[in-house]
Amino acid sequence: MRGLAFDVAHLLAGGLVLMSFLLLYQTRLYALLNTFALQAVVLSLSVAWQAYVQGADHLYVTAVIAFAFKAIVIPIALHRIIIELGIDRDVENVVGVGPTMLAGLALVALSEVVMLRIAGGADVLAREDLAFALSVVLLGLLMMVVRRNAVSMVVGFMSLENGLILAGAGAKGMPLVVEVSVAFSVLVALVVIGVFLFRISERFESIDAEALDSFRERGR
Amino acid sequence: MSAEALCLAGDAGLLALAVAGALFAAKPLGRPLVYGGALVLSALMLAVAAGALAFGGGAETLVLPLGLPWIGARFHIDALSAFFLVVVNLSAAAASLYALGYGRTEHDPERVLPFYPAFLAGMNLVLVAADAYTFLLSWEFMSLASWALVMARHSEDQNARAGYVYLVMASFGTFALLIAFALVAGLDGRFAFEAMRAAPPAAGVAMLAFAAALIGAGSKAGLVPLHVWLPLAHPAAPSHVSALMSGAMTKVAVYAFIRIAFDLAGPPDWRLSIPVLIVGAASGLIGVLQALMDNDLKRVLAYSTIENIGLIFVALGLAYAFHATDFDAAAALAMTAALLHIFNHALFKSLLFFGAGAVLTATGERRLNRLGGLLNRMPSTGLFMLVGAAAISALPPLNGFVSEWMILQAVLLSPAFSEWTLKILAPAVGAGVALTAALAAACFVRAFGIPFLGRPRSEAAERAKEADRLSLAAMAGLAALCAIVGIFPGQAIDALSPAVDLLIGAHVPNQSSMPWLTIAPVAASRGSYNGLLVAAFIVASASMASTVIHRFASGALRRAPAWDCGFPDPAPTTQYTGESFSQPVRRVFGQLAFVVEERIDMPRPGETRAAHLNLRLTDRIWNLLYVPLILVVERTAVQLNRLQFLTIRQYMSVVFGALVVLLVVLASWP
Repeated sequence: MRGLAFDVAHLLAGGLVLMSFLLLYQTRLYALLNTFALQAVVLSLSVAWQAYVQGADHLYVTAVIAFAFKAIVIPIALHRIIIELGIDRDVENVVGVGPTMLAGLALVALSEVVMLRIAGGADVLAREDLAFALSVVLLGLLMMVVRRNAVSMVVGFMSLENGLILAGAGAKGMPLVVEVSVAFSVLVALVVIGVFLFRISERFESIDAEALDSFRERGR
Repeated sequence: MSAEALCLAGDAGLLALAVAGALFAAKPLGRPLVYGGALVLSALMLAVAAGALAFGGGAETLVLPLGLPWIGARFHIDALSAFFLVVVNLSAAAASLYALGYGRTEHDPERVLPFYPAFLAGMNLVLVAADAYTFLLSWEFMSLASWALVMARHSEDQNARAGYVYLVMASFGTFALLIAFALVAGLDGRFAFEAMRAAPPAAGVAMLAFAAALIGAGSKAGLVPLHVWLPLAHPAAPSHVSALMSGAMTKVAVYAFIRIAFDLAGPPDWRLSIPVLIVGAASGLIGVLQALMDNDLKRVLAYSTIENIGLIFVALGLAYAFHATDFDAAAALAMTAALLHIFNHALFKSLLFFGAGAVLTATGERRLNRLGGLLNRMPSTGLFMLVGAAAISALPPLNGFVSEWMILQAVLLSPAFSEWTLKILAPAVGAGVALTAALAAACFVRAFGIPFLGRPRSEAAERAKEADRLSLAAMAGLAALCAIVGIFPGQAIDALSPAVDLLIGAHVPNQSSMPWLTIAPVAASRGSYNGLLVAAFIVASASMASTVIHRFASGALRRAPAWDCGFPDPAPTTQYTGESFSQPVRRVFGQLAFVVEERIDMPRPGETRAAHLNLRLTDRIWNLLYVPLILVVERTAVQLNRLQFLTIRQYMSVVFGALVVLLVVLASWP
């Protein structure tokens, strides 16, 4: 059982990292959203497996919340936003796919090294979980940095948050309250960002974040 | 109840007064409430501290569940804290009494009343704190409260700049102290003073901690070259606060240095005394030279504080060096001299600032060259100022003489050093101390003579009125204490022995048992002093001379024209001025501390306009050290300003990059 528990958890967490890589090179918004939904599914599976392994029932609730919001509600909402804005066109990458993937690989390696150093003595399961979670967080940040489109920035932010939930689920004894609040804060962020996107597109007829900069006060 | 609990209760009372001050500042009740309350609380804490010094404080440490969670806020009063509590609360009580009268002339009481008790509470809390966190928190609280008081008259010219420079230097000092405590506390975070004592740091770390403590405490105390804020900030505050900042707050800084250097930083290393001795002597000389040149009465007093702090640090350096070379009898003498001078300076510097405040109230003038002839108009203030000036000039039988004499006695023991560096350095520093003392006497002849003697140089000085009764009572009390400590120095020295014992492990021989109130801190064969005898001689000879003059000379008052260089101009501006008085010293020593530019603008023969002497003094230390530093900071700020105008993605990249860099550092940390 010990070996199986570790292997499955490893597989699911690794799958999450894989999904993050998939997100990095999606060039179309719909594909991006679908990949994001898939990542959320893998996340909820991973959390559910953790619940089973740790015997922590409240993690099932977390898994359900993650599935319901991240795999269903948020992708559908973003789909609608995209349709309403009429921007179902290509995503433009600022940095090419190749360098982005290489940077992503370096980040995963970095998070593995960091976790080996600071949590070397911890339980292997928890450590690997944390290493993958940190990778997902860093990849999400990377996505926010390299994308110009505001919708894909939002997706990057959400996938970053997936990494946080993975870390929370991997650490034993994290109370449910924290996860619920995190989930709802993401939902609130979605609402705010959605409103924000509509406003941006109304004003500037584009949701390219670079467009915003031309309206800023110039430095001396 | 233990002394710690009583002191904390007093501090809580002061903080409550601060709140009351904020609420009632505009009401007529506010001033007597705040200053009266501060007077009562300071007097009570003075009694508690004196008791703790005389009978020994409690051995226990009071731990309150505040501050850092696994340490709490610790408070403890040992003999050293008790002594400094006496100094601070004595000054505070005198300043509160003075302010009961003086505060009437305050323009914006709501800018002073809330911060004055908070300032007192901050100083008291620093002295009773027994862990690094509580210490630094109280230290910063004290700094901020005093900054608010410096800014009380923010609309006056230069005061805003003074406040700004003070704030920057105070932050810098706190930062250095933070480093000192961090080094002593070590990696496992022994923040409580007891834990620091139990496991002193390794020699190299202790050296760094000592240096950081010297910089941190020195910047607050006003050691050269970190003194630049002091002559700006101390005079800017209302006079009773100036007195407290000069008399008490600089002593709190000295306390911080003593606490770290002698108590917490482990066994002493004689090499560390070298910078202390040099910096102390330099502060003494540069402080007194600046005091001699300056034309602002309160700024003269502030510069003189730098000088006295320099003398105190010379005595501390000697004590440290003697202690490190296992000559504890001499170390005890030097430490006693330092502590006694700390006490004395608090007395006479407060007294002089009170006098300066009274002059400022009466005339609205701080410039020496606009005053004059005040002794006839303010006889009591003048008398007390004279006592203070004589005491600070180290004239027997007053208290300043005793401590400076003891410092020189300690210098005279320097041939006993086994290290040649100290054998040579200590007498050189001693010569500096002697020169400083002589120049200080010249400085206070000028600071007393120009405003109080001669004829009034302005209409304001001519119309001056005597200060109010309460202010005079505060000055009279301090003047009396100056005389009492000067005449009975043995008792004062004996009262200090518990504190000296704590720091050095030895104390000077008991002085009260000596016959006829003589003191002989080393041995009677090496030097002894009898304040009572000197006082009796001065009184006897003076009364004899006055009897002779009044009995045998003509009693008629004669007025004759003063010699006027053959140019009879009755204007009072032709009198000797402050600048004329300091001119010889300026010519001889001026180039040491200043860049002096004297330009004489002589009219051509036949021209009828007046000649002018333009005198410009610029501070060498400011030019060499601070101006380049300010330039570097300004340039860096302009460069970094670009960070404020990045795009959203660039901001995110900066955050992301910082995170990755931190993770790389974490991964590659050895």
